Amino acid sequence: MTKLTTMQEAVRELVHDGDTVAIEGFTHLICFAAGHEIIRQRRRDLTLARMTPDVIYDQMIGAGVASKLIFSWMGNPGVGNLHAVRRRVERGDPEPLELEEYSHFGMVCRYVAGAANLPFFPIRSYYESDIPRVNPRIVPMDSPYDDGDQVYVVPPLRPDVAIVHAQRADAGGDTQIWGLMGCQKEVAFAGRKVIVVVEEVVDESVIRRDPNRTVIPGAVVDAVVEEPFACHPSFAQGYYDRDNRFYLEWDRIAKEPETLEAWLDEWVYGLADHREYVEKYGDAYWDSLRPGAAPSGEVDYGRYA
Amino acid sequence: MTDAVPYSKSELMIAASARLLGGVSNCFVGVGLPNIVCNLAQRTVAPELQLVYESGVFGARPERLPLSIGDPTLATGSTAVTSMFELFAFYLQAGLIDVAFLGGAQIDRHGNLNTTVIGDYEHPKVRLPGSGGACEIAIHARRILVIMRQARRSFVERLDFQTSPGHSGDPVHDATRGWHGSGPTNVVTDLATYGFDGGTGEMLLRTMHPGVTVDDVRGNMGWEPRIADDLDETPAPTDEELRLIREELDPGGVYTK
Repeated sequence: MTKLTTMQEAVRELVHDGDTVAIEGFTHLICFAAGHEIIRQRRRDLTLARMTPDVIYDQMIGAGVASKLIFSWMGNPGVGNLHAVRRRVERGDPEPLELEEYSHFGMVCRYVAGAANLPFFPIRSYYESDIPRVNPRIVPMDSPYDDGDQVYVVPPLRPDVAIVHAQRADAGGDTQIWGLMGCQKEVAFAGRKVIVVVEEVVDESVIRRDPNRTVIPGAVVDAVVEEPFACHPSFAQGYYDRDNRFYLEWDRIAKEPETLEAWLDEWVYGLADHREYVEKYGDAYWDSLRPGAAPSGEVDYGRYA
Repeated sequence: MTDAVPYSKSELMIAASARLLGGVSNCFVGVGLPNIVCNLAQRTVAPELQLVYESGVFGARPERLPLSIGDPTLATGSTAVTSMFELFAFYLQAGLIDVAFLGGAQIDRHGNLNTTVIGDYEHPKVRLPGSGGACEIAIHARRILVIMRQARRSFVERLDFQTSPGHSGDPVHDATRGWHGSGPTNVVTDLATYGFDGGTGEMLLRTMHPGVTVDDVRGNMGWEPRIADDLDETPAPTDEELRLIREELDPGGVYTK
C-alpha cells in the first residue's frame, strides 16, 4: 500500500497545534524541510523534542511554533549558541519557553522506553549531578536484585509525531539508513504517527535485496515524502555534505530578531515548498556539496529456494 | 643551541594533551581541540588508539578535520557505526571507554563541571548547551581529561550548576561509588597543566607553560591552588608534533592559530 504524499499534505494531516513533535537525526539526517513546512503552516504551541536542538529548532522556535522544548544538548554544533532559543529562555523574549532537560543517554532511553512499551527505563547516569534536581521526572531507584545498587529511571517519550529523514524507502515506508544512525529507529517506533522523508523512493525489490539495512519497517510509518536535499544544511551520507557555511551564517542571522525574521520571510514564508528552496540555491551550489564515491562492499545473503 | 620553532598556545595545549594518551586504546573524542589531540596521539604515543564519537562511531579514520562530532567523514571508513543507544549502553556504560575529553563553562577544584547555566537555573544569566553525553561520560569513562581556557570566571570556587560529577572531595566516598570512572585525572589549560591529588581529589598544579608564573596561574583561578612539589615547565611541542599538527591535522589552522 502506498503511503506516498507531499510534505504539505503530511504536515497538514498529521501535525496539529499542541502536539509533541520530534524531528530527530544526530547532526546527520535532520529534516529541515519538515521544520520549514511546519513554520509555513504556522503551527502553534508545539512541544518540540529532540536530543540536540540545533539550527532547525532555533528556526522553528524563532518562528514561534513551540511553547516547550524537551532536549539533552542545545547549541549550534561547532559554532556556538542558539540565539532565538536563548532570547526566550534568558529574557522571555518574545515569550518564555518551557524546558525539560535530560542527558543524551537519558533522551535516547526515553525513546527506547516509548518504543518498547515500557513504563520507564533504568540507566546509570545522573549520580551526583544537579540535573535530577531541576527535572523531577528523572528518579533514583534501587535495584530489586542487588542491595545498594541504584539506577536512575527516565519516563517513556512517545511523540505525537516523529519525523525521520532517511536515504531511501519504498512507497510503503520500509526505510533504509546508512551512516550515523542517531536515534532514528527508536523515535520512529516511539512515535504515535511517523513521517518518513527520503532522498529517493525506491522499488520494494531494492529494500528486499539488503534487509539488514532496513531500520524502520513500513508497519510503523504513516506517510512517505520524497524530498531531495530536505536535510540541508544537515546532510545525507553519500548524497550531500553538511553545509558548514550555513551553520556559521546562521549565527549572524539569528543574532537579532529582525535578521531572523527577514531570513524566514525570504527562505520559508516566501517559498511555496522545498523544491523552490532547492531551485533558489541552484545546481552549482548542490554540486559543491556532493561527496566523492565510497561504495560499500556487497555481501551474499544466499538464495534458499 | 637550536632555533626553536615558534608555536601557538593551542599547539602547546594539543601536544601536552596528546602525551597524556600514551598507550590508550579506546578514547571518546570531542570536537575541536580534543579531536586534534586524539589524532596527534594516534600518530605518536598511541598507535592503537580507537577514536570513538558519541554520534555512534567506533574506530573512526577521518580523512579531513571534522567540524562537528557528526561529520560524515567519521562514518566513512570507520570500524563500526552503531545506534546511539548501543554506543552509550554497550560501549560507554559497560566500561569500554578508557579516556574521554570534557570541558565546560565552569570547573571547580575537584573537577566537577558545569555546562548547563550561568546564574540561577530558573532565571539564567547565560543558558549553556546542557549535558549532552557529558554526565554519563564523566561517570563511566575510566579517566577524564579536561581541556579548558583558564580564567577566574571559569575556574570557580563554587559551580552555578553541577552538570557532570568529578571528585567529591571525600576519598572514602569516591572509592566506594562503584563507577567505572575514576574521574578527572588531568586538566590542560592555556597557562598550565594539572593533575589531581590522590588523597583529596583536588586539582594540583604540575607544570606551567613557558613564560607563565605562579602569580599568572593564581590570578586566573577562583581558589588558592595546591602546587606539586616537583612543579616543572610544560615541555614545548617537538618539531615532529608541530609538523603533524600543521601539515596533516589542521592545515587550515582552524583550531590551532
